[in-house]
Amino acid sequence: MIANYGYKDGSGEYYIAIDTDKCIQCPVGRACISACPKSMFETMTDDYDDEVVWIKPSFRRSLAYDCAGCKPSGGWSSLPCTRACTPGAITHSW
Amino acid sequence: MSVFAELAPMAPATDAKPEFWRWQESCWADEQANWHSAKTIAVGIDVGSVSSQCVVVADGKLFAYSSMRTGNNSPDSANSVFHAVREKTGLSLNDVHFVVGTGYGRVNVPFSHKAIIEIACHARGANYMGGSKVRTILDMGGQDCKAIHCDDKGKVTNFLMNDKCAAGTGRGMEVISDLMQIPIAELGQRSFDVDQEPEAVSSVCVVFAKSEALALLKAGYTKNKVIAAYCQAMAERVVSLLERIGVEEGFFITGGIAKNAGVVRRIEKILGIKAMQTEIDSQIAGALGAALFGHTLVQKQGPAKPILS
Repeated sequence: MIANYGYKDGSGEYYIAIDTDKCIQCPVGRACISACPKSMFETMTDDYDDEVVWIKPSFRRSLAYDCAGCKPSGGWSSLPCTRACTPGAITHSW
Repeated sequence: MSVFAELAPMAPATDAKPEFWRWQESCWADEQANWHSAKTIAVGIDVGSVSSQCVVVADGKLFAYSSMRTGNNSPDSANSVFHAVREKTGLSLNDVHFVVGTGYGRVNVPFSHKAIIEIACHARGANYMGGSKVRTILDMGGQDCKAIHCDDKGKVTNFLMNDKCAAGTGRGMEVISDLMQIPIAELGQRSFDVDQEPEAVSSVCVVFAKSEALALLKAGYTKNKVIAAYCQAMAERVVSLLERIGVEEGFFITGGIAKNAGVVRRIEKILGIKAMQTEIDSQIAGALGAALFGHTLVQKQGPAKPILS
């Protein structure tokens, strides 16, 4: 399942997509959770009883601001979360 | 299945001001069926931000439902919709084997055994209502909009939700209904009564859309033309969300806005796909899915003890 967390507003579309099929059997011990400087990721059991990572609800309406520090304008060449997720389950829409 | 809706009396208005946004509440039961002979009875309660529903499935088949406006607290809303079904069918919580809560207020349903996120419930409900060919689901809820892709069993394969603003939601349509002073149930048909299809108003914010609608009225637009412009804006808004998950044949719309032909026909025109039809009220999809999850859980785990509130 592709789970898109985020929103669209007048300034653009801000979604973090998590491919839960790649996330279920994480070979890197949920490295995304510690990689995110804002601690936006956490594990949960979804409605199909699979343990996966999601974006904490409190961040889902402010991703454009919360992720800004990790974008190229913040001095990063690649995102800490996507770099930590070696199975490639995490993608950003912007 | 014989489906007929008996409309419950509308809640009394709190003052003399007409409430154009107020949609019709409903309560229905399949009078051909008898719940006393059912082996499993599961209830789904969907407490949304604008409306609440209670659905009863008996042996996995839709038996009864109620749909009402959400009050100012979730437990009361859950009790109200269950009470409406109880009044109509005589079913009590002692007769129910499992209750699943879903929607915005799902964790506050006082008598539920489990809470399930509404995205999974809408997919399951749409699968029941539209059959196994349903793949793309658009849920236009009261204060959010969800685009869902599912498989032939109603399991979610891709979803996104936008709940940051009211644009593209039922609440947005209620605002326009009040502004135009036209009952919400008439907006869809009136939007077709225009000489020429107008440009869409702002699709990113209801507040902007409202002020733009006022400006259009002052510029000489008829009310119908303004409604058409708003319906087009809503359609464009939700289509942009649908495109993110990919639209596939087997397109199904749930939620109250599915009853607004002005928005539905415009979405179909932009996508080039016809939405699937159902004789069941589109607004109960979430609660229906929740009840079906409950039915499956009873089959797996056995009946749960009633939680009497």
